[in-house]
Amino acid sequence: MNDLRRALMQIVYINKAFIRSPIAAFFTLVFPIMFLVIFSVLFGNGKMEVAQGHTVSVATFYVPAIAAFSVITACYTNIAISLSIARDSGALKRIRGSPLPVWAYMFAKITHSVLIAVLLVAICAAFGAVFYGATLPTTTLPAFLLALVVGAAAFCALGVAVTSVIPNSDAAPAIVNASVLPLLFVSNVFVPLNNPPAWLDLVSKIFPIRHFADALVKSFFQLTGSGLQTNDLLVIGAWGLAGLVVAIRFFDWEPHR
Amino acid sequence: MAVAVEITDLRKSYGSVEAVRGISLSVNEGEVFALLGPNGAGKTTTVEILEGFRHRDGGRVSVLGFDPATGDRRLKEQMGIVLQTVGVDPYLTVAETVDMFRGYYPKPRPRDEVIELVGLTDKRDSRVTKLSGGLQRRLDMAVALAGDPRVLFLDEPTTGFDPGARRSAWETIKGLAGLGKTIFLTSHSMDEVQYLADRVAIIAAGKVVAEGTPDTLAGREQAAATIRFRLPSGASELPPQLRASAKAGADGVELETKDPTRTLYELTSWAVQAGISLEGLEVTRPTLEDVYLQITQDVGAQSKP
Repeated sequence: MNDLRRALMQIVYINKAFIRSPIAAFFTLVFPIMFLVIFSVLFGNGKMEVAQGHTVSVATFYVPAIAAFSVITACYTNIAISLSIARDSGALKRIRGSPLPVWAYMFAKITHSVLIAVLLVAICAAFGAVFYGATLPTTTLPAFLLALVVGAAAFCALGVAVTSVIPNSDAAPAIVNASVLPLLFVSNVFVPLNNPPAWLDLVSKIFPIRHFADALVKSFFQLTGSGLQTNDLLVIGAWGLAGLVVAIRFFDWEPHR
Repeated sequence: MAVAVEITDLRKSYGSVEAVRGISLSVNEGEVFALLGPNGAGKTTTVEILEGFRHRDGGRVSVLGFDPATGDRRLKEQMGIVLQTVGVDPYLTVAETVDMFRGYYPKPRPRDEVIELVGLTDKRDSRVTKLSGGLQRRLDMAVALAGDPRVLFLDEPTTGFDPGARRSAWETIKGLAGLGKTIFLTSHSMDEVQYLADRVAIIAAGKVVAEGTPDTLAGREQAAATIRFRLPSGASELPPQLRASAKAGADGVELETKDPTRTLYELTSWAVQAGISLEGLEVTRPTLEDVYLQITQDVGAQSKP
C-alpha cells in the first residue's frame, strides 16, 4: 500500500469520526444550512431589478454569501478546532510516532474539509435554486469555482496556523469563533454593508472574509463579464500564504502544557 | 545476542534544568527492560528521545541500529509506542482504530490477533468513548502492536489502573515478551518491575544509580534478612547466641542475620526443645521497594546543595 492510498484511507477514517462527532457534525454541517433556511424565510421571495427589465431572486445574492460562511466553517473553524482536540488528546503525537508521513495526514485532513465545504456549497446552491429561484452561475462558473478553491485553500491554511496560538482544546472554540464571528458580521456575509463608517470599511477590507464573500457573490451572478475578482483573490491568496508559513513554522504535534 | 537499544552518555536539558545527565544503557533484543525512578527523574525524557519525539543535547542513541532523532521511517515501522496519554480518536471503534494504524505499516499483524492479544475481542465494535479508562489503555497497547513491531516502548503503561486491570496488562506484556519482542518500559511501580522485567535500571535526578536484575539489584540477594516472631508470655529467654542480635520490634522480636538458614535452625530447635510455639514467624529480605527507596533517598540527599 503506497502513501497516497494511505492518505485516501485516512480521509475515510476522518470522515467516519467526523460524522459520528455530534459537535463537529452540527456546527459544520447543520449550522450553515440553518442560516440558509433562516435567511430564506426572512427574505424569502424578494426580487431585485439588476438591470432595466431584468429581475432576479434575492436568493441569488445570499446563497453565495452563505456559501462563503460554509467554506469558512468547514475549513477554518472545523480544522482549527478538530486539530486542537486531536493535539490535546495525544492523537497527533501518536500519528507522528507512526510511519504515516505527516503530509499524508495533513493532506487527508485538508481534503476532507474541502470536500465538506464543496458539499455545503452545492447544498446551498441547490436549495436556493429549487425553493427560492436563485439564478445559478453559468458564464461566471469558472470564476466562482476559482474563488471557491482559493478561499478553501486559504482558510484551511489559516485554520492550521491558528492552532499555534490555541493553548488547549477547551480554549479552541472560543478563540476560533472570536476570530471569525465579528468579521462575518462586517464582511457582507450575514448582512450587506450599507455605507459603513470608513474605519469599519477599512477593517473589513484588511481581513480575508469580506474579499471571499465579495468574490463569491460577484462571481455567482453577473449580467456580463467573467465575474473574475482578481484583487479579492490576491488578498485571500496572500492571507493563505501567510497562514501556510505560520503553519509550517509553528504547528505543534504535541499537547501544549 | 543482538543489541536493540544502546544509549551512551545521553544528555538533555530544558532551559537550565538538566533532565538527563549522562545516562548509558544497553538493552538486548528480546529483553524486557525497565527504567525505574521517581517522578521527574528523567524517565519520560529518556524514552521520548528513544521514540524520536525529543532531540538530545549530547551523547549517542541507537534503536535497532537507527538514530531515532532522524525520524527514519524504517525505524518507525519496527517500533511500537504507548504514550502516557491515550491518543486515539474517540469516535472510531476498536476494530476501526486498529485497522487505521495497521494501514500505516508495511507488515501489520492481523487485526483480530492484535485485538485478542490485548483482550478486547468482545469490545471490538465498541466506540472508544464507550470504553473505560483501563480498556482505552489496552487499545493504546493494541495500536502499538498493530505494525507488529520488534521493539516496544511503554511509558508507565499501568499508571491509574485498578489491580485487576493491572494484572491483565501485565499478562499481556508477558505474552509480548514471549513473542520475542524487546520491551522498554518506564515505571514507578516496584511490583510491576519485579513481575515483568528481566533487567532494571534505577534513575534518579537524571542519572543511572543502580542496574541489575530485579532480584539482585544493589546486592539485594546478599543483604541481611530479618526474622520476626512473637514470644508467648511466660516463655524463657532466647539462647545467648541469638539474644545478641535480637531486638524488640513493633510487633514482637526481630532478628537481623546474614545467614538465615543457620539462625532459623538455632531459633526453631531452641523453641521446639523448650516447647514454645513462635507466633507469626516469618523471614523477609529487603524488598525491591526498600532498595529503591534507599537508593533514591541517597541520591536526593546528595543532590541537595
